[in-house]
Amino acid sequence: MSTKPGSRAFPIHIVVFLAPAVIVYTLFMIYPLIDSLRLSFFAIGSDNREYFVGLRNYVLLFTDSNYAPRFWGALKNNIVFFLVHMLVQNPIGLLLAALLASGGWGRKFYRTVLFMPTVLSFVIIGFIWNLILSPLWGVAESILKAVGLGSLFRPWLGLESTALVTISLISVWQFVGIPMVLFYAALIGIPEELLEAARVDGATGWQVFWRIKFPLILPTVGIVGILTFVGNFNAFDLIYTIKGALAGPNFSTDIMGTLFYRTFFGQQLQLGNPTMGATVAAMMFIIILSGVLIYMFLWQRRIQAVEM
Amino acid sequence: MRKQVFLAMLLLIALVLSACAQATPTQAPPAGEATQPPAAGEATQPPAAGEKVTLIIESWRNDDLPIWQDVIIPAFEAKHPDIHVVFSPTAPAEYNGVLNSKLEAGTAGDLITCRPFDASLKLYEKGYLAPLNDLPGMENFTDFAKTAWSTDDLSVTFCVPMASVIHGFFYNKEAFDKLGLQEPTTWDEFYQVLDKIKADGTYIPLVMGTADMWEAATMGFQNIGPNYWKGEEGRLALIRGEAKFTDEPYIKTWQQLARWRDYLPPGFESVKYPDAQALFTLGKGAIYPTGSWEIALFEKQASFPLGIFKPPVEKAGDQCYISDHVDIALGMNAATKHPEAARTFLSWVASAEFAELYGNELPGFFPLHSTPVELKDPLAQEFVSWRNECKSTIRNSYHILSRGEPNLENELWRVSAAVINGTLTPEQAAQEIQAGLDKWYKPKQ
Repeated sequence: MSTKPGSRAFPIHIVVFLAPAVIVYTLFMIYPLIDSLRLSFFAIGSDNREYFVGLRNYVLLFTDSNYAPRFWGALKNNIVFFLVHMLVQNPIGLLLAALLASGGWGRKFYRTVLFMPTVLSFVIIGFIWNLILSPLWGVAESILKAVGLGSLFRPWLGLESTALVTISLISVWQFVGIPMVLFYAALIGIPEELLEAARVDGATGWQVFWRIKFPLILPTVGIVGILTFVGNFNAFDLIYTIKGALAGPNFSTDIMGTLFYRTFFGQQLQLGNPTMGATVAAMMFIIILSGVLIYMFLWQRRIQAVEM
Repeated sequence: MRKQVFLAMLLLIALVLSACAQATPTQAPPAGEATQPPAAGEATQPPAAGEKVTLIIESWRNDDLPIWQDVIIPAFEAKHPDIHVVFSPTAPAEYNGVLNSKLEAGTAGDLITCRPFDASLKLYEKGYLAPLNDLPGMENFTDFAKTAWSTDDLSVTFCVPMASVIHGFFYNKEAFDKLGLQEPTTWDEFYQVLDKIKADGTYIPLVMGTADMWEAATMGFQNIGPNYWKGEEGRLALIRGEAKFTDEPYIKTWQQLARWRDYLPPGFESVKYPDAQALFTLGKGAIYPTGSWEIALFEKQASFPLGIFKPPVEKAGDQCYISDHVDIALGMNAATKHPEAARTFLSWVASAEFAELYGNELPGFFPLHSTPVELKDPLAQEFVSWRNECKSTIRNSYHILSRGEPNLENELWRVSAAVINGTLTPEQAAQEIQAGLDKWYKPKQ
């Protein structure tokens, strides 16, 4: 603090330290993103050249009898996919975290085991669950039969009515470790004296959780929610490995990611359409961005007010 | 606290941006560049004498990997020790998508296995496939064989025709003998046989799943349909706009598929292609609708004698039609670094020697070479013998009708699977297909 302001040299070291990240990030993240947005305003003519078409691709995507049902269908399915995660994955994650944080035998073991599916590849997860649920060689049916519920078995992955929810639940199984770990970290960060004070005042375990612990981990609830949102609207791999790019049966498992893939890269005799693909990608970007903005301006602000 | 919130915001923005960027094609060069075929010779670097050139073949025939590796490629390399060939297949359902993105990114192999008609034509038009008119050996193929891989005016051919496949039904001879069944020729006989197998209960009457969807269209719809739409006659009528998918022949085809539901394996809605193959070769099924391309795999894996029969006809004695689909060819990536070596290989593929080798090592793929190849496999012989009794046609979604969106082939997969699953009626399927086609296809008047 002894140097006079003004005589200080330009902080070149800051630029040097920031440069690698900024350059790599700009080159591989920001530039492709902007270029992809640009591409969504073009169409490729029969002479293989790009022509500027303004918002026509978006109009096609929302109204054309070929694209619109696929787009709205994928959006609807994606919302179902997200809701299943919010209603099943995150509450279970919270429950598991609460159990783990309450201590007890085997805590470290279960923490590791429950987190394990998260680090497995989608291909392995898809393959394993395909086999488990297979009506020909799967164990699901034999397990149900063993407890006398064999008649409840259905080829869940193949039915239009159940395929999407089944895949969502497989994804929940895979990723439940993430909310669990985040909630767990938040829960063990709560100062012991608060909990002690509550107990001294005669609060039950239930009251301690809902009146003390839960309000204190609300910021984490928000983070988990937005991570789930971003992850789900970017999801693709699991559905692709289990159902392929046509996301059957009858498009019942088609979400934004598979719609994007099919449009951009093509499928069997259908050739890819890069400009329409870029339009789908741009819509994914807009959906995710609006979700994040809602989170930041509504949830984060309220949390901040609570905390301050 | 403010600082933390700010950091959290930064982190989130970063997450979102990176997530979105992943969804966009970071590896694809700007489209302008990608669509320009490199000028001939630009990327060409003739290898120094003695240097070994490696050629990579892109293919969807992953079942054929051992035969290419152990038989076909060694036969070529024995003659051309300076060229090393690698067969690098992708799963059939993913092949086209993967290939297109590889071509666009400039990372595709030197030799490209070509789907027939529109899909490959589009690749040629985009400049990804090199013209092969002057390739030595091209004269060995008839115009009929070349049509599938030529421009509409037949002026340019861009792939060397390799083989066609014939659709039909495989059956387990042991099961048929045990139950005293005969090969069915009409639909009535077909369902009588299925009913008997079902009543006996030892075998699954009809082995097929709808999870992968293409079986329903390819092994179902395109297999049994030609008898209804009279082969080429019906196919060309569709192209001319004189027939519609809502016509009786197509509805009847889907009605037959809908009847299959009662005879399929339990939970067929989530049975995949490899599951069905395994189920049949393990001897648990009686009849398997498919095509000649399964011969090699089935003969290797099945421990029981195999038989085949033609798609059933309505009345005994009706003219029969078979799907004898020109299916597979080999072309050259226009951007290959080794065009000379690639052409040498393609010339060899166009030779009678290759046809002989291919036709017998991969029974069920029938060479399109003008010199007739003597097939040694009895099942392959039987498939080919159908050409004498029945009229041949190709799959109706491959030529001209797959050039627009929605893509006819994809739509046929979807609706045919849905008809078998029972979620669409044959009439609904027909209407959806015709509406999709009407959207973009204007027949030439």
